Amino acid sequence: MAASSRAQVLDLYRAMLRESKHFSAYNYRTYAVRRIRDAFRENKNVKDPVEIQTLVNKAKRDLEIIRRQVHIGQLYSTDKLIIENQEKPRT
Amino acid sequence: MLLRTAWRRAAAAVRAAPGPRSEAPARGLRLRVVDNAPQSAVPSDTATAPDVESVLRPLYMDVQATTPLDPRVLDAMLPYLVNYYGNPHSRTHAYGWESEAAMERARQQVASLIGADPREIIFTSGATESNNIAVKELEAAIQPDTSLVSVMTVNNEIGVKQPIAEIGQICSSRRVYFHTDAAQAVGKIPLDVNDMKIDLMSISGHKIYGPKGVGAIYIRRRPRVRVEALQSGGGQERGMRSGTVPTPLVVGLGAACEVAQQEMEYDHKWISKLAERLTKKIMNSLPDVVMNGDPEHHYPGCINLSFAYVEGESLLMALKDVALSSGSACTSASLEPSYVLRAIGTDEDLAHSSIRFGIGRFTTEEEVDYTVEKCIHHVKRLREMSPLWEMVQDGIDLKSIKWTQH
Repeated sequence: MAASSRAQVLDLYRAMLRESKHFSAYNYRTYAVRRIRDAFRENKNVKDPVEIQTLVNKAKRDLEIIRRQVHIGQLYSTDKLIIENQEKPRT
Repeated sequence: MLLRTAWRRAAAAVRAAPGPRSEAPARGLRLRVVDNAPQSAVPSDTATAPDVESVLRPLYMDVQATTPLDPRVLDAMLPYLVNYYGNPHSRTHAYGWESEAAMERARQQVASLIGADPREIIFTSGATESNNIAVKELEAAIQPDTSLVSVMTVNNEIGVKQPIAEIGQICSSRRVYFHTDAAQAVGKIPLDVNDMKIDLMSISGHKIYGPKGVGAIYIRRRPRVRVEALQSGGGQERGMRSGTVPTPLVVGLGAACEVAQQEMEYDHKWISKLAERLTKKIMNSLPDVVMNGDPEHHYPGCINLSFAYVEGESLLMALKDVALSSGSACTSASLEPSYVLRAIGTDEDLAHSSIRFGIGRFTTEEEVDYTVEKCIHHVKRLREMSPLWEMVQDGIDLKSIKWTQH
């Protein structure tokens, strides 16, 4: 399989962000979005293809973790936090 | 065509209700109803929720008390709660072997975080049990030239960081055992048992986004530190702590340690940023606020502030939308002010005015801003009602007042 292209990395990035926004817990949701953005930004200048592939593989595993945990969180969801009514649910 | 529309409507209805609500019993504590309907603090099976959206949970700013599970930790634990349920000490079948492998993997993760060898990690039920084992060790090995120094790495009330490396150096040169309760420090600040010459260390799972009910004790092998078992039985954990090792919990502890190792620098930056935001905003908006604890040797995520002329408990009750704790008397069942605050020389009246703000991995800027806003508002309001504050505003020196005896 060819090394991960820029397009594939961006797809992964978008998929992770999209999935993370479905966390029903405010604190998990905000952390995941923030962490993913910062992690991809931090690694954006990595050139070594082996290192890129390692990071991509880890990101794929993390995406699966997010998917499962989002689902579990929704099954056990509870009331919103006091600040969730006031701010936009975007973050 | 009709079927598809009906299906779409049903699917939309399912998506709109994010989880079982009015049918299932309310699990969370219904503390607050926005539309002033009669309040009940008891989760009720029979009462219908007036309006689901109007019951709101407080912000969590009490990470020193406990931390939420990191989703990565829960994800690591679940397989061992569902399918891989074997006893890790069963030697004769795959259920045992896979459970044992998970336990040893977790041991390696804990060891790696503190620079130890996995053989030096014993799993316990938490830092309290680990502390007891460490101190009991003193009784077992006491000789004229041995004793034990036991110091918290990071204090849970005021966040002060002790000079562990220096203490370790002194203990090592005097042949004195050195134990540290690192419950609030592990995974948050870099720790190395060899660099810091630590002989015994207590670790707690639920302070580092891991599960409750599990911890570990690090016991140095070279030079050997002799420990007497608190709990005897089947000889598990090298005879130092009998009892079936709870695989799901230790897997969670191991995962929490691994995540902490990866995220330590990032978390520290984030928490420092939020801590500075909180402290600056409060100090710039309110006079007569004291931060307890040495500002230089301080873990940023634990901020203990004393608000003069305001009673800590009343401020805590006023901040009902934020989960906080205070370092003052009333939270402990006695009327004594916090021994920590007293030890650092805090005046008794200030000790009764202290609040502890906990900032963690999952805390947001919005939560800090909301907490700060409410805190400033209520401190001002409470001070307005305070006769002491009025006297201070009039220029009276409170220390010069002769209160009548009664």
